[in-house]
Amino acid sequence: MTTPKAAGLTRRQQYEAAQRRRSTLIAATSTALVVAAIIILVPMTPGWEKVQRSFFNGQTFVDTFPKLLDAFKINVMIFLWSAPAIAILGLLIALARDTKSPALFPLRIFGAAFTDIFRGIPVILTVYLIGFGIPGLGLPRPWNSPYIWGSLALILTYAAYVAEIFRSGIDSVHHSQRSAALSLGLSERQVTRYVVLPQAIRNVVPAQMNMLIALQKDVSLLSFIGPVEIFRQAGVFKSLLANFTPYVGAAIIFLIVTIPATRYADYLMAKQRKERR
Amino acid sequence: MAKLALRGVVKRFGDATVCDGIDLDVEEGQMVCLIGASGGGKSTLLRCINLLEVIEDGEIRLDGEDITVPGLDPQTVRSRIGMVFQSYNLFPHMTALENALLAPRLVKGQNSESDRQEIEGLFVRFGLADRMGNYPDQLSGGQQQRVAIVRALAMRPDVMLFDEITSALDPQLVGEVLDVLLQLKAEGMTMILATHEMEFARQAADKVCFLKDGKIIEEGPPSTLFTAPREADTQAFLARAIK
Ligand SMILES: Nc1ncnc2c1ncn2[C@@H]1O[C@H](COP(=O)(O)OP(=O)(O)OP(=O)(O)O)[C@@H](O)[C@H]1O
Ligand SMILES: [Mg+2]
Repeated sequence: MTTPKAAGLTRRQQYEAAQRRRSTLIAATSTALVVAAIIILVPMTPGWEKVQRSFFNGQTFVDTFPKLLDAFKINVMIFLWSAPAIAILGLLIALARDTKSPALFPLRIFGAAFTDIFRGIPVILTVYLIGFGIPGLGLPRPWNSPYIWGSLALILTYAAYVAEIFRSGIDSVHHSQRSAALSLGLSERQVTRYVVLPQAIRNVVPAQMNMLIALQKDVSLLSFIGPVEIFRQAGVFKSLLANFTPYVGAAIIFLIVTIPATRYADYLMAKQRKERR
Repeated sequence: MAKLALRGVVKRFGDATVCDGIDLDVEEGQMVCLIGASGGGKSTLLRCINLLEVIEDGEIRLDGEDITVPGLDPQTVRSRIGMVFQSYNLFPHMTALENALLAPRLVKGQNSESDRQEIEGLFVRFGLADRMGNYPDQLSGGQQQRVAIVRALAMRPDVMLFDEITSALDPQLVGEVLDVLLQLKAEGMTMILATHEMEFARQAADKVCFLKDGKIIEEGPPSTLFTAPREADTQAFLARAIK
């Protein structure tokens, strides 16, 4: 006797399709319930009227959004010059920490101290110390600019983290690759440059993407030492209009950038995990 | 004068003596096979010859010149001795051809069109002409191992070391790699193989050395070593290895 086949599907496929329909239905129902609860319950809270007026004011949003976008250009600018500096410094520190040559021992110590110090201090503190401290030396313009020293604070902090990620990438390259390259007559330097680093860097691209996303957000910390970037601009509007809506606008601008970037990093991670298997 | 001569080579890892006074002569154009149970020190001995391990005592002479003198630049020695590994160890971020071009370019500055053609010729010679542009993960195990051999040959070495190069291969791919070795032997390459392929060693080797616990227990031409081993250890090993 043959099993009856609906629309050319096997019994197993029919069963799995039914299961999928069931799961989708359950997910949709539970989501609808939660959303409905929020829509119905939140406006019933005593403070909702006030919150809505001060955080979700449509007119304020429309009025301030273009200016916020403008201010966001400053974030982008600081990001754009900091990111390459972080990548280069981070890589140099990773290499310094892994150096075996005795002549370069001081470099190794320096690298270790650097990562310990800058990973151990909250970013905002580093921004304050460097951003206020160095211009306080009474440097002439433009060397007293908070843009320079604020960026430097970000660069130093992030380079410390990025260096550790590069090191884990270097570790992830199997030592047999090194043996093979050495056996061909390459020098230690050439092995690192042409065989180990290209593989190491590729292995840590997703992890470094996450650092870039974090950096994009932390650029706002520079607002505490002067630059009128998006967070500061939103603060100015808040004081001016006595309304918090500009902060919501700023948050939305951040999300427009960070959500696709985060999705992309996750996608790269998943792809790499698949390749490893 | 032997092409390669080892005298009293000692290598320790901590307390473990992995090479325990090895003497070995390899004549120009000879194929020498190292056999022995796992952990006997075959890989370590090959790595010592290629200066990937620093020996504690003894000396290794290549064309009469001691290559284990402390302070000697290992790079020049290694570029004269090629090595192929069990796990291929191709560089995964480069194509097969780029794998082979890298060392000649970096170490010898061979960058010209004719250098390139010469190396492409090696791919053709070993049946890899249509695989030069592939990345290692697009190649079968046998192809990868042949590319690894070509990569080592591209440096025009005097001596080639092979460390169980067929052990990671599916049985049906072993033949194509062993054929390459026969081809090299016919061309007069001096070779040392660590191998578990007893039948191949019996047919192709000029000399077979049985290693156990870091010592060469017995050595001789395959005709005598395989048919009439003197030492009890050799007899026991061969009884297990050849069924
Ligand atoms: N880097 C190392 N550090 C410590 N011990 C090592 C190291 N390399 C090898 N050994 C030890 O040296 C001994 C000989 O190892 P080796 O790999 O040379 O044997 P082998 O004859 O090649 O074995 P196999 O047939 O399994 O490849 C083993 O006991 C091994 O554990
Ligand atoms: Mg071995």
